[in-house]
Amino acid sequence: MDLAELHAIAERERARRKAVRVLCCTSSGCQASRSLELFHQLEAAVTATGQDEAVEVASVGCMGFCGQGPMVRVEPANLLFERVRPEQAPEIIAALAGQPCSVERGDPNHPFFTRQMHVVRRNGGIIDPERIEEYIAAGGYEALYRVLHDFSPAEVIQEITRSGLRGRGGAGYPTGLKWATVAKSPGERKFVVCNGDEGDPGAFMDRSILESDPHLVLEGMAIAAYAVGAHEGYIFVRGEYPLAIQRLNRAINQARKLGLLGSQIFETAFDFKVEIRVGAGAFVCGEETALIASIEGRRGQPRPRPPYPAEKGLWGFPTLINNVETFANIVPIIENGADWYAAIGTEKSKGTKVFALTGKVRNTGLIEVPMGMTLREIVEDLGGGSPDGTPVKAVQTGGPSGGCIPARLFDTPVDYESLAAAGSIMGSGGMVVMDDHTSMVEIARFYMAFCMDESCGKCVPCRVGTVQMHRLLSKIAAGQATPVDLEQLEQLCRLVRETSLCGLGQSAPNPVLSTLRYFREEYEALLREDAAASANGKP
Amino acid sequence: MSNRAPADPAPTADNRQKLLEATMRRHQYRPDALIEVLHKAQELYGHLSPQLLASIARSLHLPPSRVYGVATFYHFFSLAPQGEHTCTVCLGTACYVKGAMEILTALEAETGLKAGHTSPDGRLSLLTARCLGACGIAPAVVLDGVVIGHADAETLRARLHALLEATPVAS
Ligand SMILES: Cc1cc2nc3c(=O)[nH]c(=O)nc-3n(C[C@H](O)[C@H](O)[C@H](O)COP(=O)(O)O)c2cc1C
Ligand code: SF4
Ligand code: FES
Repeated sequence: MDLAELHAIAERERARRKAVRVLCCTSSGCQASRSLELFHQLEAAVTATGQDEAVEVASVGCMGFCGQGPMVRVEPANLLFERVRPEQAPEIIAALAGQPCSVERGDPNHPFFTRQMHVVRRNGGIIDPERIEEYIAAGGYEALYRVLHDFSPAEVIQEITRSGLRGRGGAGYPTGLKWATVAKSPGERKFVVCNGDEGDPGAFMDRSILESDPHLVLEGMAIAAYAVGAHEGYIFVRGEYPLAIQRLNRAINQARKLGLLGSQIFETAFDFKVEIRVGAGAFVCGEETALIASIEGRRGQPRPRPPYPAEKGLWGFPTLINNVETFANIVPIIENGADWYAAIGTEKSKGTKVFALTGKVRNTGLIEVPMGMTLREIVEDLGGGSPDGTPVKAVQTGGPSGGCIPARLFDTPVDYESLAAAGSIMGSGGMVVMDDHTSMVEIARFYMAFCMDESCGKCVPCRVGTVQMHRLLSKIAAGQATPVDLEQLEQLCRLVRETSLCGLGQSAPNPVLSTLRYFREEYEALLREDAAASANGKP
Repeated sequence: MSNRAPADPAPTADNRQKLLEATMRRHQYRPDALIEVLHKAQELYGHLSPQLLASIARSLHLPPSRVYGVATFYHFFSLAPQGEHTCTVCLGTACYVKGAMEILTALEAETGLKAGHTSPDGRLSLLTARCLGACGIAPAVVLDGVVIGHADAETLRARLHALLEATPVAS
């Protein structure tokens, strides 16, 4: 495979395109609403009306507006249909010929779409993720070619460093710096690992990227491997994501057949092979050292760092671990240059971020926006505010490691530093909107139950502390706690945060601390009056 | 989530053994393939019985304690047989905020089962999940491997009822 052949594939693919494309989302969200059946009905309707010459129906990835799925979009007319039922397929196809159509129409000019900026989701809902030809026609694998021929590994790292990209897995560690560390670490073998565990409840960005554009992630991993000097890679995906696994498998096979993965890629000396490892359902396996243990076939228990995986990772070799979305940013950076990327976002948080906007908002789904957009813009403009008029109370970001940001702070820009200052974190990008019906004590209790169940049990503060905190929260929720209990809860929070071995335990208190910070009155309202009196010295 | 349709002829005992062997051979019986092998074993047999775990330990030359330890560490692996039908209610944040708890309570009342349990006749397992990644269509429930979005207690109760009525016990 060389550049001419790559371009030939792209040419053939463009020539194959028909004048009208009916794009039907077959990602897991829409599949749950019978979009596969819809896809087949659309195909049948095209054939039945004798339009095979001019119209094609394509199965594409996520368009973002999952709450209104299944979604169908028609190009180039830019018609959008929402909540389509399979029975409505003939009507949509008839509408192409100008017939009236009663299917619910979406508005492509809705702020939900126009306020977004697609960098990593640029192919989502546009190409068929199961056909590598469509990815190539969209310019795919050219960045890898350029990197292998025109860049030294050090130059790649420099470009990523200059872009200002920070890890999208939660902590926001500078990606270029991590790559440089792995590149420097001596080792006979090196590994590149893609973290697709996505254990945060309320988050599905990585799933959607893997389902909608698997080659973007593979190409990013290959570029990373070249930069750090690795020849083997693993993608660790949750077992709960069967469609993502299936599409990744297919993508790997297709890329291998075309010589875009494997040995002597693009007729250079660079070899890179990738394997999938399926997670077995443990949140803690998203933690990098636990993830390594899991790939090695052991229990997914974290170990103390240092040594960091960049020095001693898989089987003791230097290992680069990045999140799915981090890898998905690489190709756009190489294509458009570090300066272009660094111009998007804020001073310290560059680029865009994909969020899963869910909970009590009108428009639920996936959005990709430049860093620095405020929570208000996201919840009110894109999200359309509360669905039933109940005032929005808070947004939870960062999952179990994050916190709740109250509505009065909605002018907070979404970037790593501002969210941290507000007592939460960016996390992987889940945003759960809560309204006045949601009890913050219940939410804190919910996350504590989660952490208690998911604690790997290796260290005492986390194993025992989460259980005790959960017990106290339950006691408060049941109206049986006293001010002493609340005090004890806060003490425990500090203790567990400071003495746990890994990020799970260290961050488990966050939802409690942040709800205590902003919604303390909800806790206090639940405390027992009489007991409060007894705590003050009366019998 | 492999839920065989009742129409599928069950793979014969030795056939399943063969398929499992093939997986282990593909991984060259390497101990670090343990989780992959357990995934395959559960897919084939539905759950991981003590005998199955013991034989995997022998094949991969691993101490049984290690195999047992790994199998019990991960939520995905089940050491007890699952019901003929499974109903999994997502209790992730997005689903929780949208009323997943009410759905679970309704289903517990309907079936007389507690979450995480299988009915004594083996017809139904009522399970919960921490997040299915279908949060955009929350609340989400998986019924026999099929995801149902925007779920509500009434419809689900009816579907579950119909499902248990429809399939004869002997299937
Ligand atoms: C308990 C716990 C769970 C985590 N889960 C994930 C996850 O699901 N996906 C992810 O990319 N990172 C997760 N992380 C962060 C990873 O350890 C690691 O920092 C990240 O994958 C690095 O990639 P990045 O630099 O591209 O962000 C988790 C961390 C902790 C402590
Ligand atoms: S903090 Fe919790 S999850 Fe992390 S190692 Fe300790 S017990 Fe395990
Ligand atoms: S919270 Fe239920 S699917 Fe994510």
